[in-house]
Amino acid sequence: MITHFPSLLIVTPLIAAPICLLLRNGTLVRIWATLAAWACLYFAWGILGQVQGLDGESIRYAMGGWEMPLGIELKIDAANAFVVLIITGIASVVFPFGLGHSGLSGPEGKEHLFYAAFLLCMCGLMGIAVTGDAFNVFVFLEITSLSSYALISMGSSRRALMAAYSYLIMGTIGGTFILVGIGFVYALTGTLNMVDIAERLPSVINSPTTIIAFGFLTLGVGIKLAIFPLYQWLPNAYSFAPSKVTAFLAGTATKVSYYVLLRLFFSIFGIAFIFNKLGVQNILMPLSLIAMFVGSIAAIYQTNAKRLFAYSSIAQIGYMTLGICLLHLDGLKVLNYDGLTGGIVHLFNHAIMKSGLFLIIACVVYRMGTVTIGEMKGFAYRMPWTFAAFVVAGLSIIGVPGTVGFVSKWYLVLGAVAGGHYVVAALILLSSLLAVVYVWKIIEVGYFQKPSEPIEKIEAPITMLVPIWLLMFAAIFFGFATELTGGVAETAAKTLLTAGGAIFGGGTP
Amino acid sequence: MIALNEIPTEYGLWHYWVVVSLMMLGLYIVIARDNLIKRIMGLNIFQASVIMFYVAMGKVQGGEAPIWPLDTMEGHYQDRVFSNPVPHVLMLTAIVVGIATTALALALVVRIKESYGTIEEDEIREIDGSIS
Repeated sequence: MITHFPSLLIVTPLIAAPICLLLRNGTLVRIWATLAAWACLYFAWGILGQVQGLDGESIRYAMGGWEMPLGIELKIDAANAFVVLIITGIASVVFPFGLGHSGLSGPEGKEHLFYAAFLLCMCGLMGIAVTGDAFNVFVFLEITSLSSYALISMGSSRRALMAAYSYLIMGTIGGTFILVGIGFVYALTGTLNMVDIAERLPSVINSPTTIIAFGFLTLGVGIKLAIFPLYQWLPNAYSFAPSKVTAFLAGTATKVSYYVLLRLFFSIFGIAFIFNKLGVQNILMPLSLIAMFVGSIAAIYQTNAKRLFAYSSIAQIGYMTLGICLLHLDGLKVLNYDGLTGGIVHLFNHAIMKSGLFLIIACVVYRMGTVTIGEMKGFAYRMPWTFAAFVVAGLSIIGVPGTVGFVSKWYLVLGAVAGGHYVVAALILLSSLLAVVYVWKIIEVGYFQKPSEPIEKIEAPITMLVPIWLLMFAAIFFGFATELTGGVAETAAKTLLTAGGAIFGGGTP
Repeated sequence: MIALNEIPTEYGLWHYWVVVSLMMLGLYIVIARDNLIKRIMGLNIFQASVIMFYVAMGKVQGGEAPIWPLDTMEGHYQDRVFSNPVPHVLMLTAIVVGIATTALALALVVRIKESYGTIEEDEIREIDGSIS
């Protein structure tokens, strides 16, 4: 049974999706999708345990029994297992959110369609995370994208339609760029299997085609990841999608794209090409820093809470890509990889906090009927538990010690200092201060401004509070138990670096 | 088939020029047009260029369709040239993805037309006030 866990991760949501269409009843569908997500969480947990016992080796699963050169292979190492756990974890919390309440998941009476798209989106994300085949990544990417366009268009405002349309155009251009890139790689190496590609690329590494292929792939993934100049689709898509969708996509879709970027950099093209030959870090670092500031500053000026945190996501993605650039290398020798660990651990931490924040906003929309910050007066008194969760998530976004946000920033600053980038370390701290401003905006309106009419308590239903507080508990727990996530992220970083041809020794922590 | 073999090698890259021209044409339409349907058409041209890129990549000069005919069973296949089927098969998937995307995009445009009464992006922007 446990040997089939990798394929079950993809197959479970894929089969669960059409069954949603048969169930039709809203509550039944919600329970069914939740069960599917929980099953996947169990599989992901099993895989993580299995991978950690393998000591740097990876699980290789021949899909359908077709061995590697012919068939498609699923390949899981520490990095995938971590990403898979994040996706299933977020899905397990977001799917049962508001279990007994309708109206949260798309238009009334269309809940079975909503959850079918939700499960397909999850299936695609799982597929991207576990597959070892380059073309397969494209196919799953399109499954994810197509279902997320549909999900975003189910937002209550008609602007959701235009947001979905713009995302569709941008996403398809990105997806097609990835396809062109894969085509060039295939023309160079004659294989689609990532391990084989990595083996054969060094012999053609000086060909201009390699650089073109890399350019197309990075640009395509960059659009999906929303790195600095390519983020235009994100604010509208996040603000107009149903809150549940935003919570899920913010926690998973960009994270998986970040994982694909890591795979591309380390497992496929290798450190010698990316860092020593092309010097990608010299371009990516300024872009990440600009993203951190532009995202945070734009967030400060928003009046819509969802849009505010959408811009904050762009800043947080900046932290993650910054982690890659902070890798301290001497040729192929790794001197320090704390920055990369920070990037990977931020993947987990940001998923927890952002999903939590968007779920909190979903509660506010459900009870107070507004996403405009100015209308959230008395939020703290009307919904004290929700507000308390918001404070925890807000502190975590800022990076206050004792929350997960601190852990990733700590690693990033360590990496920056070890690499001698003192200015970057200072900028990381400075951009955290900007986060204080935009989180404070909501706290100020919610806690210090009282509405003129008498305040009645309208706490969010328990089925909404439990998922939120699970995430917040995780945000505090992993803020103290840093060796858990930090340890896994470090193993993941080490695995990626080894795959990228790095040499360890001397100077590593 | 013979005609293809007679193309001198110095023209051997012409299909890449076709692909690149179509790709840029498609991308230009997507960026420059305000009409939502026209942008989808641009997107389709863009995707079609990639399909042609793959198909051209798999084509071997003088190669036949890689079908296993009976006479090759007796060992005659060594002197026969086959095109590479893998890129062609990959494009079957890409075509399906393209159709799904187009269908979804058109469905969205129908809904946009229903709620805004127009499919010109600049007019929609005006109706909504300034987005972003």
